[in-house]
Amino acid sequence: MLIHEYQAKDFLKQLGITIPAGQLAETAGEAKAAAEQLGCPVIIKSQILSGGRGKAGGIRLADSPEKAWLEARNLLGKKLITSQSAGRGLTVRKILVEKALQVQKEIYFSLVIDRKNERIAAIAGRQGGIEIEELARSNPEAIKKEYFYPEAGLLPFQARNLTYFLELPEPAFKTTLDYLKKLTEFFVAKDVKLLEINPLILTAEDRLVAADVKLDFDDSGRTRQPELASLEDWAEVSPEEKKARSYKLNYIKMEGQIGCLVNGAGLAMATMDIIQLFGGQPANFLDIGGGVTEEAVGQAFEILAGDDQVKACLINIFGGIVRCDLVARGIVASARKMSLQKPVVIRLEGTNVAEGKKILEEASLPFYFVNEFEQAARLAVSLSQS
Amino acid sequence: MSILLDDRSRVLIQGITGKQASFHTERMLEYGTRVVGGVTPGKGGQLHLGLPVFNTVEQAVRAEAPDTSVIFVPPLAAAEAIMEAAAAGIKLIVCITEGIPNIDMLRAKRYLKEHNSWLIGPNTPGLISPGKSKAGIMPASIHRPGQMGIISRSGTLTYEAVYQLSQLGFGQSTAIGMGGDPIVGLKFQELLEMFKDDPETAAVIMIGEIGGTAEEEAADYLKQSNYPKPVAAYVAGITAPPGKRLGHAGAIIEGSQGSAQAKLNLLASAGVRIIDNPARIGQTVRELLSAN
Repeated sequence: MLIHEYQAKDFLKQLGITIPAGQLAETAGEAKAAAEQLGCPVIIKSQILSGGRGKAGGIRLADSPEKAWLEARNLLGKKLITSQSAGRGLTVRKILVEKALQVQKEIYFSLVIDRKNERIAAIAGRQGGIEIEELARSNPEAIKKEYFYPEAGLLPFQARNLTYFLELPEPAFKTTLDYLKKLTEFFVAKDVKLLEINPLILTAEDRLVAADVKLDFDDSGRTRQPELASLEDWAEVSPEEKKARSYKLNYIKMEGQIGCLVNGAGLAMATMDIIQLFGGQPANFLDIGGGVTEEAVGQAFEILAGDDQVKACLINIFGGIVRCDLVARGIVASARKMSLQKPVVIRLEGTNVAEGKKILEEASLPFYFVNEFEQAARLAVSLSQS
Repeated sequence: MSILLDDRSRVLIQGITGKQASFHTERMLEYGTRVVGGVTPGKGGQLHLGLPVFNTVEQAVRAEAPDTSVIFVPPLAAAEAIMEAAAAGIKLIVCITEGIPNIDMLRAKRYLKEHNSWLIGPNTPGLISPGKSKAGIMPASIHRPGQMGIISRSGTLTYEAVYQLSQLGFGQSTAIGMGGDPIVGLKFQELLEMFKDDPETAAVIMIGEIGGTAEEEAADYLKQSNYPKPVAAYVAGITAPPGKRLGHAGAIIEGSQGSAQAKLNLLASAGVRIIDNPARIGQTVRELLSAN
């Protein structure tokens, strides 16, 4: 779960890490008042759940409270499409107004679960303010990594390796060691997946300030981090996604016209891929999961078939734990309720397939039965285009 | 032959008295798997499904000498269950549980380095050596004994692949789900190495997906080892949007890392036959084998 910058900064502040003086604003008036109180120049930062905000125009400098008011008014309510938002516009609902810093040097620091090395990677960069992948391409010598296990933590010599590498003046050197200890302990204790401070700014007064923070928690750790629940921003979650989540369905909306209902994440991805292979576009990713109920299948079907963007549906079930008859009952109940008009291509295989087909055939609804995966995909594509 | 699991494997079920574990233990017994007992702390001494239940893996090992364990315990206790099995000397640990925190898995993997155990999963359907033994939750009926080695990051997509292969008469030596989580046990590379040395495996099919670098590492290995057997690969998620987790905790494109296309390019350059249509996994393998 990715949280907003202002929320991430609250965590850092609690740890004793310096963050810029700032205030959260939800209206242009609040932004102006914040700018007056903080003293200009201030930075106006859009709070959306995506990186790449600066390039998308979501971060502005204001040298007066009036300018802060104007920039805030321009940004609030605006949809930002960033390099990381997959073409989707994210609405700015809050802005963080921060006092601008006197920059001496910008550096980079992050902690991440490294899947390849199967440890936590602590990454320091001599240059901050640009994406780490860009720095890795343009100047790989400016990056240093140390790997550690959760129980051992970042060892003191590893912290020194990173800190000496950053070539900081004396007081900031000690502060960095202190920050590394606090951040690595926090990372392990709170089931963090990614913590990135970019840039970490050395100010003209030799203070180290976390100017921007990205914090992403491991979803699998959520059950033992109950305090994170209140940080979730539901504003960008569509009603369909909310509904899907309440029924424990894995649903992600996409741009195409073919609604997909599949069991299993891999098969769901493969179903999207084959649709594209035959010239169609999937309207969503949907994995109904192994422990699904008849009711949840019905809800899933309603999300797809009720979507105006969807011209045809493709149901692809390979019954294992999930029984085909359960899926069939859920779909029929839901299709009757909504007086289904859209064509639905159905391919069932595996556990209780005969019972499942019988239930669907007897329903007299606009269902097309296809035994083969490929034919099912081809038919769904042609129906979505006719 | 087969890899990792055969008809002599003695299987222990950790968390055996749970609902899912009970259901799947019965299916494994029906298939002929030699399930020798189970572990549920506090229920030692009882019989469950006709099998002895122990309080600890250590006690189970002493009494029944299992060499394989299948774990069904809940997510927050599962990494610890892996470590308990390793400490007790279990050779092959299969963790079915989904939703184990990353931090716990990092701990478990470090622990495994100091012990002589292999881990399959977590978040896996397990593995099956058709006609011999099944340690997992996959539907047994679609499998046939044969010479195809299968390694997959997915569940139902593996069933789809197996189904297509069986229909065309290609049985399987061993089919393994390596798990859909970011941190898992044996990956493509180690399993390819095992299949290489298995005389009954004629070809290997890899089913990958977006996220992580397991496919890239496998491509490096295949290239460097001059792999002697034909390999075909399908990688799911060509249409996956970046930054979104697609069902599996491990299926996410992070930054420039983990896209399906990048994985396919590397695998192709390592001489792997790429399957671009998931409905033609069986047919592509047939073409590959007739060309060899």
